[in-house]
Amino acid sequence: MATAVTEQTVRHDDGTAYAARVRQVSKSFGRPGAELPVLEDITLDVAPGEFVCLLGASGCGKSTLLNMVAGLDRPTRGGIDTAGRPALMFQEHALFPWLTAGRNVELTLRMRGVPRAERRERAEELLELVRLKGAYGKRVHELSGGMRQRVALSRALAQDSRLLLMDEPFAALDAITRDVLHEELTRIWERTGISVLFVTHNVREAVRLAQRVVLLSSRPGRIIEEWRVDIPQPRRIEDTGVADLSVEITGRLREEISRHGQR
Amino acid sequence: MGSAETKAAGPGAAEPRPAEPTGTGSSGSGTALTAADAAGVTAAGGRGRSDLAGLEAGLDALETRAAAKVPVWHLLRDKVAPPVLAVLLVLVVWQLAYHFQVKPHYELPSPADVAGSVHQMWLQGTLFGYIWTSLSRGALGYVASVVIGTPLGLLVARVAPVRAAIGPILSGLQAMPSVAWVPAAIIWFGLNNSTIYAVVLLGAVPSIANGLVSGIDQVPPLFLRAGRTIGATGLRGVRHVLLPAALPGYLSGLKQGWAFAWRSLMAAEIIATSPMLGTGLGQLLENARTNSDMPGVLAAILLILVVGIGIELLVFKPVERRVLRSRGLLV
Repeated sequence: MATAVTEQTVRHDDGTAYAARVRQVSKSFGRPGAELPVLEDITLDVAPGEFVCLLGASGCGKSTLLNMVAGLDRPTRGGIDTAGRPALMFQEHALFPWLTAGRNVELTLRMRGVPRAERRERAEELLELVRLKGAYGKRVHELSGGMRQRVALSRALAQDSRLLLMDEPFAALDAITRDVLHEELTRIWERTGISVLFVTHNVREAVRLAQRVVLLSSRPGRIIEEWRVDIPQPRRIEDTGVADLSVEITGRLREEISRHGQR
Repeated sequence: MGSAETKAAGPGAAEPRPAEPTGTGSSGSGTALTAADAAGVTAAGGRGRSDLAGLEAGLDALETRAAAKVPVWHLLRDKVAPPVLAVLLVLVVWQLAYHFQVKPHYELPSPADVAGSVHQMWLQGTLFGYIWTSLSRGALGYVASVVIGTPLGLLVARVAPVRAAIGPILSGLQAMPSVAWVPAAIIWFGLNNSTIYAVVLLGAVPSIANGLVSGIDQVPPLFLRAGRTIGATGLRGVRHVLLPAALPGYLSGLKQGWAFAWRSLMAAEIIATSPMLGTGLGQLLENARTNSDMPGVLAAILLILVVGIGIELLVFKPVERRVLRSRGLLV
């Protein structure tokens, strides 16, 4: 898996490699003339193997940005390059209820052209990676919320993409399950070396997970500040280092949100 | 931390591989984890890991419900007894109506008279012939309707101009009693099987197509986005995501399509009687009426009802239950 990184990362003219490169991207919705700007002049690189959290209040267009990186939507201005087709995980598990957990993973492999003979074995490996070895034959409705998100994660990993996009994937889970999935994700990220672009409105979650936290303003979304998180993994959401940085970032976020009330 | 260390040696520590700081190791292009980060990962990795495996297993166990087994007699009491009682009640009321001569006996024969009429057909060996004539026509017409209605529904659901053009017509046709087509069909096709099949198709195709359309309309957009993300686009998306996701709606369309096919067939058979057409249940009914054979009329009505219900219970119900149950839509 490690060798694939150099093949799949895009090398740009200046020689830097990246998993995703967002260049001066703006996005507006609505008819020309009555446009509503959602994102303005976003420039953001995700390095290979990097874990970046996009943080912002509602209306900052973070999901819109993620959709554009995923290729599900197009920017109004600017350009986005990614290393191959990124994998995407949603807030809802989005697993297909007519397939078992294992078959959900296999469908992704099949769409990628993995031969039938290998699919079963690969799917079982991927489920084992999220510690759901016994869940291969389980239907989606038979799994708990946390288990569903883990299957969804292994389905995303089945794309064998170098970039994993995550749109608030743990927002609907209870606190303990979310905690467990944070640990799971950190472990899998370390093990696979995949790049992650993770969208959330939860400051602590961002600090718990990311190497870099990018804060967006709202309406329109602009990058207002970035933090590098140098606390070693595995972190815990209750670690003092995580808490301290969260306080700082939350302060900045509150400031940004209050600005909207004054207008 | 002592207890955590001992746990790490147990079966919970099923993750023996040390963490690889792949962020730096694999790409080599100077990013991500610093050396200090990586050291922290490997040092503290063992502890976090065993805790996590145990915690996760506990959560999974707590949040997974075990399916309860239903005893057979509960099934009999809840599912079989009520319809049997309802049928018995109807028979009692019928018998009482006969007994007190609500209508003269030649207009309202007793349940026994009707059973005798069916029994007589059985003895003559004609009973299954009548049923088969109708059923084979119904089945053939229905299969043709599915073959036509399915691509039609797909087209209406997915191509906006087609929907705008024929969507409302399709809904209108579904609401229209297809018996209204019989006189026209007789003039166009004559008194033969073509007339009967034409009427069956006009009855069943709109139902099946509309069922598929509403099935597709109800597919959560999230499934389509998820499908596109994994590369299921175009025809592959239709086959692997759209159609399976629309299956419950499509199945109810298929079920309704059968009901429409069957009633259209009976309407056609009652009106289009001719010696060349053979005798189906509809013709049986019409013949009994012309002979003022009331037990025969009621027997034919009952047979039409029984065949219609039988197909629904033996074919559609099990398929539908299977599909819904496998998706957790039915407990």
